[in-house]
Amino acid sequence: MKYSWNWAVLISEPYLQWLGWGTLMTIVISLVSWAIALAIGTVVGTFHSTGNSRIRLFTSSYISVFRNIPLLLQMFLWFFVVPELVPDAIGTWLKRDLPHSEVVTAIVALGLFTASRVAVQVSAGIVALPRGQGMAAKAAGLSTAQAYRLVLLPQAFRLIVPPLTSEFLTIFKNSSIALTIGVFELTAQTQQIESFTYQGFEAFTAATVIYMSIALVVTMFMRQVERRTSIGNT
Amino acid sequence: MSGFDFSVIADSLPSLSGGLAMSFMLTAIAMAGGLILGLILAIVRLSNIRFVSTIAALYVNGFRAVPLILVIFWFYFLVPLVIGRPVGALYSVIIAFVMFEGAYYSEILRAGMQSVRHGQWQAAKASGLSFLQTVRLVVLPQALRKMAPLMVTQGVILFQDTSLVYVVSLHDFMTSASIVANTQNRMVEMYVFAAVVYFILCTLGSTLAERLKRNPTLA
Repeated sequence: MKYSWNWAVLISEPYLQWLGWGTLMTIVISLVSWAIALAIGTVVGTFHSTGNSRIRLFTSSYISVFRNIPLLLQMFLWFFVVPELVPDAIGTWLKRDLPHSEVVTAIVALGLFTASRVAVQVSAGIVALPRGQGMAAKAAGLSTAQAYRLVLLPQAFRLIVPPLTSEFLTIFKNSSIALTIGVFELTAQTQQIESFTYQGFEAFTAATVIYMSIALVVTMFMRQVERRTSIGNT
Repeated sequence: MSGFDFSVIADSLPSLSGGLAMSFMLTAIAMAGGLILGLILAIVRLSNIRFVSTIAALYVNGFRAVPLILVIFWFYFLVPLVIGRPVGALYSVIIAFVMFEGAYYSEILRAGMQSVRHGQWQAAKASGLSFLQTVRLVVLPQALRKMAPLMVTQGVILFQDTSLVYVVSLHDFMTSASIVANTQNRMVEMYVFAAVVYFILCTLGSTLAERLKRNPTLA
């Protein structure tokens, strides 16, 4: 194996800057998408947990459509297909005038995709609660909305911290798929460093170490969340 | 938008079906290779031999911490370098997928084997079976049945993940659809069609997983 090492490439300009911007882009896309995923996933998951079969038809369709199409293809659909299907004025705006349209598209695609996975967890968390919780809330005079907001959802979230942790970790990894629509996140930047300098070993090692560090930080953060939200030994 | 043109789909069916065959082949190889590697990793991690089980744990957690695209790039770059000559995208992609899936399957297998009741392990030991015999004859047959739905679910995820070979221009279903979409300038038709095909195939897989979960005797 012939290879000339040059670790200094990672700290020379402009490559250091590329790495920095890539890391920042990965973090920003992932965090914004995660916020969207939590919000929509909670709403969809809550409706999904109700017994109403008409509502479930909608929520089940949402979940299965977003789960059964590859994320890469979902990005393409949002980026190339949706602007053609909406009214012309909006389509033109999406294609021409929307600033950083590839970043916005990546965030929307990743957020809605992850929302379907969050919805499944939220719904499972609510269903796993003892039935008496909902009944007691009703008996205490809470409206349905209040019962969910004050009684059921807080307990459900407590139960699903571990699976949500793994979804949170996954969103950082999935954000790399944004490179296929031209977002210069971490993986794209390191691939670019490789093609400019031929120092693939150094570039990909840097990306690997950064992704691992992100995973470590997220895991520690979620462990704190789990510890703070747990009640006693239950 | 100028009407949905079905003819472009019909005209490109040969290249699309070739792509689909590639996607299936990749899925099958990655699954088989990933299961074998995953089984070895899982057994090593359960074996309590400190040194090797630490290495296996590092391997599994390392691969699980990075995106698959990065792993594909890593091997696309590494494999020709190690072999010393260009080998084409297919081989490096296959190696990348097997190594990556091995990490995920090992976690499923490990959890499955750990879920077999402790008494089973003890009873096997008491009847004089070695560790490997216990795994092979007592634990795995019970664990596999429990794990069947998860395996199928992972298979569906894997099938979707094969679309990522797009980044090294390997002609799987996704890449083939994208090539037609770009050369014929028919993005809407091709990507919607691809989405429908993926949706149908993955829904079949998800339904099978759901069935297996409800009725474990099917496995």
